[in-house]
Amino acid sequence: MTVRQPNSFRTGPDEHGHFGIYGGRFVAETLMPLIHELEKAYAEAKADPAFQREIDAHLKNYVGRPSPLYLAERMTTHYDGAKIYFKREDLNHTGAHKVNNVLGQIMLARRMKKPRVIAETGAGMHGVATATMCAKFGLKCVVFMGAVDVARQQPNVLRMKALGADVRAVESGAKTLKDAMNEALRDWVTNVSDTFYCMGTVAGPHPYPMMVRDFQSIIGEETREQIMAAEGRLPDSLIACIGGGSNAMGLFHPFLDERQIEIYGVEAAGHGLKSGKHAASVAGGRPGVLHGNRTYLLMDHDGQIEEAHSISAGLDYPGIGPEHAWLADLGRIKFLSATDTEALAAFQLCSRLEGIIPALEPCHALARVADIAPTKPKDHLMVINLSGRGDKDLESVAKHLGGKL
Amino acid sequence: MTTRIDTRFAALKTEGRSALVTFLMAGDPDAKTSLAIVKALPKAGADVIELGMPFTDPMADGPTIQAAGLRALAAGQNMIKTLSLVRTFRKSDDTTPIVLMGYYNPIYVYGVDRFLVDAKSAGVDGMIIVDLPPEEDGELCLPALSAGLNFIRLATPTTNDKRLPVVLANTSGFVYYVSITGVTGSAKPDFGKVAAAVTRIKRHTKLPVAVGFGVRTAKDARAIAAGADGVVVGSALVDAVKNSLDRKGKATARTVKEVTKLVAKLAKGVRGAGRKN
Repeated sequence: MTVRQPNSFRTGPDEHGHFGIYGGRFVAETLMPLIHELEKAYAEAKADPAFQREIDAHLKNYVGRPSPLYLAERMTTHYDGAKIYFKREDLNHTGAHKVNNVLGQIMLARRMKKPRVIAETGAGMHGVATATMCAKFGLKCVVFMGAVDVARQQPNVLRMKALGADVRAVESGAKTLKDAMNEALRDWVTNVSDTFYCMGTVAGPHPYPMMVRDFQSIIGEETREQIMAAEGRLPDSLIACIGGGSNAMGLFHPFLDERQIEIYGVEAAGHGLKSGKHAASVAGGRPGVLHGNRTYLLMDHDGQIEEAHSISAGLDYPGIGPEHAWLADLGRIKFLSATDTEALAAFQLCSRLEGIIPALEPCHALARVADIAPTKPKDHLMVINLSGRGDKDLESVAKHLGGKL
Repeated sequence: MTTRIDTRFAALKTEGRSALVTFLMAGDPDAKTSLAIVKALPKAGADVIELGMPFTDPMADGPTIQAAGLRALAAGQNMIKTLSLVRTFRKSDDTTPIVLMGYYNPIYVYGVDRFLVDAKSAGVDGMIIVDLPPEEDGELCLPALSAGLNFIRLATPTTNDKRLPVVLANTSGFVYYVSITGVTGSAKPDFGKVAAAVTRIKRHTKLPVAVGFGVRTAKDARAIAAGADGVVVGSALVDAVKNSLDRKGKATARTVKEVTKLVAKLAKGVRGAGRKN
């Protein structure tokens, strides 16, 4: 498909929430007035300097930002190519990039005087971040989590409970992230007056993809300042894993118009793209409409949504954010994928070379660094978004490696 | 354009009663039984037939209709079979209106133009697509109207007077008032509030207003019918299907009968409401 290149990649979405043909507001009428209310409240908050000041203060003192941009020296030597930097989102309070977005949305919920917050979660990192912020600000928190994920991510379930959240195991459908999202939407339709839906990724109906992107863009903005301070110039390439795509969009968006910078998004190839058991929506899906937006989806020929598969529960979703879908068609983001096995190998290598145990999600990005870094000259600056820490994954990694960590 | 929906509501108005609108999932529990059920509906007292197009991720439906969709999909239901069900039904009934209800993705993937041509030729009269609000009218609503099919919109308790004209602008056939904020089959509506809402909507439109969500019994139907032009019953009928199945989830000799028995009761309720207009 030939798509006309825009003057800027950073102007989307349009007023209807479209990024090219993607995005939009495909929700039930009951929710439409709430979506408009949210859009208006966010526009007002965005224009209010006090709102940003408040967020900045909490990011600094509570989340612990800025997160370091770390030169991974041993990994750089190991691949003998590009100079590799990690953006350390794993060092944020709660252990992943998710908290950046949750903080913004919770501040908005407070402005909108909504006492009850709902969220969906897959691996549990977004659920933990939401439960954390709700505890801090005294809001009621309900987290929907597929029953299958509840079983495989027990440590995060316990964290959420400790933080006072009501964790609801979703038994419908395939009992994973997409079903948790369905159930959260059903809850929102039912509790329209007092509830704020804190969405975890750059997907869903407009304005969520834009709003979550804005809150996550702190990742790329800090990276720009930090690499300028360290190297005196911009990076040559950026790489991040993509499920829904919030950590990737947060890193990429501030750099989209620097066209010389190579940008790589890595989807989860599960057992392999040809196996049918994967979560690579761009590589293995096509445009469709689900959860409020048009985007690339994994589905059968009748438009029925197919189950995603990934070793990483955080990438286990059959769709992708609409802005990613648009940037994929335009070729601005180059989409790659990594299998479960490749991610596990990256997990082990990163832990031993750098003393950093990464979450399985960014291990997918690290797996492709293994191919790309060696082909680059030594002055090539590569930034990887290390979006979360791997404590939550130790048990499942041990299981997959047959107990040999 | 005049569809079977317009004709039917006009006739019932003359008769002085509300319409009983029945919802069942196409292909539940299997294509053959589903056809037998649909064929039996008019005689049992259904005035308008809504057929669900099964979808894996029905975000506005409660557990009952979610399960019905999954049963139908497991039995191999797809868009082609749903349209073929309508086509077969039309061979013996050319007057009972049929409305397809569901979510956009299966239609989008089938192809909007192809869907409209095939639906029209099969004998479909209109559609209710839950996740297509007026903000997305360009997708299917406007093409459907050009194709001579009704696009029936949902109005809800959150649709205020300011928004109602937006919702009603390209609506035709009838207006479907969702009696509660919630998913299908979840809560019982407050009949007083529903009557007030119907009156409010009627200030904005001449279209018939049907009320659904949470209507389960003949008594409920009667109460709703007193103030509305139509009463939609879905989850209760889907439950009747489910309760008639054997342990393996297969249809039994009772399946069609259980549904028609309930439809007959509901029809009696609707007819007993004694409307003024």
